[in-house]
Amino acid sequence: MSINRRDFMKTLGIAGVTMAIGKDLKAAKTDDSKTEFYGVLYDSTRCVGCQTCEVSCAEANNLPESSDELVAGVVRNTSESRRTVINSFNTSKGEVFSKKQCMHCSQPACTAACLTQAMYKTHEGPVIWRGDKCMGCRYCMVSCPFDIPKFEYHSANPKIQKCDMCFERQKEGKIPACVENCPAEALLFGPRRELIKEARRRILENPDQYVDYIYGENEAGGTGFLQLSPVPFDELGLNMKIQKSSYPELSKGFLYSVPSIFVLWPAVLLGIHQATKDNNVNEDEHE
Amino acid sequence: MNNSEITLTNEVERGSTIQFLLSELKPKGKWLTPFNIISIPIILLGLALIVIRFAKGLGSVTNLSQEVPWGLWIGFDVVTGVAFAGGAYVLTFMVYILNMKKYHSIVRITVLNGFLAYVFYAGALLLDLGRPWNVINPIIGNNFGTSSVLFLVAWHFLLYMIAQLIEFSPAIAEWIGAKRAYKILSGMTIAAVIFGITLSTLHQSGLGALYLMAKDKIHPLWYSEFIPVLFFVSSIFAGLSMVIFEGSITHKVFSDQISEKDHHAQNGIIHGLSKICAGTMFAYLGLQLLVFIHGKHWDLINTPMGYWYLLEKIGFVALPMTLFFISYRKNNVILIRIAAILTMLGIILNRLNVTVIGFRWDSPVRYVPSWMEIVVTLAVIFTEIWIFRWVVNRMPVLRESPIWTKNVK
Repeated sequence: MSINRRDFMKTLGIAGVTMAIGKDLKAAKTDDSKTEFYGVLYDSTRCVGCQTCEVSCAEANNLPESSDELVAGVVRNTSESRRTVINSFNTSKGEVFSKKQCMHCSQPACTAACLTQAMYKTHEGPVIWRGDKCMGCRYCMVSCPFDIPKFEYHSANPKIQKCDMCFERQKEGKIPACVENCPAEALLFGPRRELIKEARRRILENPDQYVDYIYGENEAGGTGFLQLSPVPFDELGLNMKIQKSSYPELSKGFLYSVPSIFVLWPAVLLGIHQATKDNNVNEDEHE
Repeated sequence: MNNSEITLTNEVERGSTIQFLLSELKPKGKWLTPFNIISIPIILLGLALIVIRFAKGLGSVTNLSQEVPWGLWIGFDVVTGVAFAGGAYVLTFMVYILNMKKYHSIVRITVLNGFLAYVFYAGALLLDLGRPWNVINPIIGNNFGTSSVLFLVAWHFLLYMIAQLIEFSPAIAEWIGAKRAYKILSGMTIAAVIFGITLSTLHQSGLGALYLMAKDKIHPLWYSEFIPVLFFVSSIFAGLSMVIFEGSITHKVFSDQISEKDHHAQNGIIHGLSKICAGTMFAYLGLQLLVFIHGKHWDLINTPMGYWYLLEKIGFVALPMTLFFISYRKNNVILIRIAAILTMLGIILNRLNVTVIGFRWDSPVRYVPSWMEIVVTLAVIFTEIWIFRWVVNRMPVLRESPIWTKNVK
């Protein structure tokens, strides 16, 4: 058996590259093939506006119970003490309810924005916030297209409050509190792929009951929370102008240019510096 | 060991280094100057507000909201302040990379200005952090959020501050008379300069890139995918205008420190810088025009925000650019100074339009900074000027280096 020099270099190169990036590569591969994001399908046609989800959410997350009444046409918002909210809208088909909470994007802007990965997209699907990492810069709030992360402005030890799809409960094998307690079965928890199938089935079976659109299927590149509605979604106050590709895509070009500038600039600058230095020597000799 | 060496090399009348440093800490000159009378109460009030802010949370002092999480402290102190500090990387590029000796006499003061700006604006950033005790996390790897533009900016702030400190450090060595340290530190200048320019290119544009993901929140006349390029190009003339402005003030205030030769050179320097401003502003306007045409927002021009946009671009970019161009022919320093001030106002407008005024322009409740946010901002600026004055009065920043430095080289 003989190894010529070229083969040897090749092997060495492959071994080196594998050692350097192999581990990540392997990890990334298993992620892609095995990761199944979980999500929640919310069906506005089934929701009766009982606000049980709000109550059970507050209980599960030790937040105060909200006291304001649900009035049709008055938009209530999530806040630093309320992670999910039900609103009532006067629509072309009468009163329709809509639930608001974190959308759990597949490629979230907030996690791409976070410089400490305090905002984190788990492999299970929920986007969670980790207080031991967060420095409170609020860049996640600037970036989130849905305006979901809320900051406790009146605390000396402020937290970011947002729905985490009851990640702690999920680790115990339970499903999110709002889904578990919904009496109208308007909420369904499961793998995102299955939820989209189920949503399509419902639209197909009752075409006049639903608008033919799944909100969240493509919004912001796809979200974990999906919604069905009997009326066009802008009547429910949902932002239809949200771009259909992911938000981290927007700053990708800039981030990709960083390494090339880091390689190019110092070399060019050093070159110019050397060139102008020689020039001076010549001038001195002339004098 | 090192300390004793420094002491030995010191001039005899200075005694030990420690005694010398203690004596230097004392104020020099008169106390009751107009600047002190104005700045001291504001700094004290600012300190009190900072205490309240840390005791009761950001909401007790600022008008920030869930919709507008970044206000004056980020939009003005950090984003605008860093643009003005851009003069340091442009001048070090001209002097150390292009070897333009003419500008050598103002490098130190500009680098000092830049360094202090970064120290204080990074300080302002700490005030704005909700959980500042975690500020070390992206540095120590808890965790490295490498997909974040802010991660890049944070690291660059830190590294650039170190690079600028190295660039300025020979002045500190001259001040305490540390000859050996002077030799070593001077040798590191070029490396620090090259590193510093690279870092500046990336984080000046990076500050703009921070807002790329806020696509739906910034007024379309100010949002484009080219924000990073526009921020970088405008930082060149923003920084140089600041150098012109600051130079005309320091030359009055610290005139006793400036040699006759440097005094005469000043006009030539300002004239040269104004040419660079004119050129880069022309390029910037061209880029802005391209971005505007590309964005197809003709319909938005005939709206209040459209007029505001035109005011910024015509009144505070095109007009000062024209003044800079006029001064090309006529060597009129007053005209250049007016142009520099207009340019700086334009930069403040532009940065605030992206970060504060144009941010959530369609929201029913607009963010307006509270008086307390403004006082803290002023306190930060005044404290920076205090430190600046302290350093200039003591170290060879404006005045000539001691004679021994010529022999060390």
